[in-house]
Amino acid sequence: MNAQHLIDFSLHLADNTLVLGHRNSEWTGHGPILEQDIALSNIALDLIGQARYLYQYAARLMNADGGNKQEVLEDMLAYLRDSWDFRNCLLVEQANGDWGKTILRQFFFSAYQYYFYQELESSRDPELAAIAEKSLKEVSYHLRWSSEWVIRLGDGTEESHARMERSLDDLWMYTGELFLPADYEQALLPVDIAVNLTTIRPLWEERVRQILSQATLTPPGAVMQKGGKQGRHTEQLGYLLAEMQFLQRAYPACEW
Amino acid sequence: MEHTKTIWSLLETVTDPEVPVLSVVDLGIIRAVQMEEGRPEIIITPTYSGCPAMDMIRMNIRITLLQHGYKDIRITTVLSPAWTTDWMSEKGKEKLMAYGIAPPTPVPVVCDLGLFQHNEAIACPRCRSYHTTMISEFGSTACKSLYRCEDCHEPFDHFKCH
Repeated sequence: MNAQHLIDFSLHLADNTLVLGHRNSEWTGHGPILEQDIALSNIALDLIGQARYLYQYAARLMNADGGNKQEVLEDMLAYLRDSWDFRNCLLVEQANGDWGKTILRQFFFSAYQYYFYQELESSRDPELAAIAEKSLKEVSYHLRWSSEWVIRLGDGTEESHARMERSLDDLWMYTGELFLPADYEQALLPVDIAVNLTTIRPLWEERVRQILSQATLTPPGAVMQKGGKQGRHTEQLGYLLAEMQFLQRAYPACEW
Repeated sequence: MEHTKTIWSLLETVTDPEVPVLSVVDLGIIRAVQMEEGRPEIIITPTYSGCPAMDMIRMNIRITLLQHGYKDIRITTVLSPAWTTDWMSEKGKEKLMAYGIAPPTPVPVVCDLGLFQHNEAIACPRCRSYHTTMISEFGSTACKSLYRCEDCHEPFDHFKCH
């Protein structure tokens, strides 16, 4: 392992949470009912807060690594990198679609984060372990809330069930990548810093199987997509970054 | 020693901008106060990761100490052990109740993954009835959920267990 692996791993975790947090924030003011608008906005806040810890850590590592003439700041990592620099999974960048698709994306990712952070809590890297410990409490809320909604919608009306089936067809192909380790994860595994994805995969699968079956939904057969962890993204990420980064691109270093 | 005592009492006057009846000490987010060669270091832990009040709290702590003549103030954030509502002071819980926010319960019963749980019994801060219903698990801030009292019919915030 080298310093770059830890930087890439931290950026991968940060990008996951920032991108999903931003997607959720697109619902603010547009939720189907006020309480659920607030719920999703709260989840967005938690995720963006986690992203800040992770970007701050990545920035510290990059500055300690030397070689950078200019000091790296968390905002530069969020706002001034392009889509090929982002290391998030393809799942989190997928467009919101309807409420059902947003819920299903959140459920898949929260279930993943829940088991992932449980393992990361005992990482040999104390900073990542502390971030995992802090975040896990919030992710438990997210997982419970999104699980209930998947059941409610899947086992709901004919219309909500049909929409959940469509969402499942749209999203299932992006779940395989969650468990494909990138080179930086493989490099950090022997030193007990990264999470062994083969350990958490059966836990995620069991949780998903239980909830989908309660929701009377069946996952489709799909060819799994990958590439996000290496910076090869679907076109969706470009649109998201164009909006999220606009202000810093148009008015560099603007603050308020 | 004298200085750290003074700083602790100054921190009692720094309030949470979202819940102004609570000081940062009541909230339980001040983990330690240290003096090193005349320079104070305040060690704090965030409530929720995304809580927008945290940046303001850090700034308010700094301003309060500067106003009282302290210089070179360091505010260090630690994440582990993670903040829990168990660290909220009893005085803080009473202040919350008087302010109209139901305080966190001592035994967190809904912090696990079980779905569609029965809501924990939360007393209405207005009429003290336990005949209350949760309206939303997420409220006006990350730390609160929304309830309604079925006896006096008032909606109220509950500072949820965490």
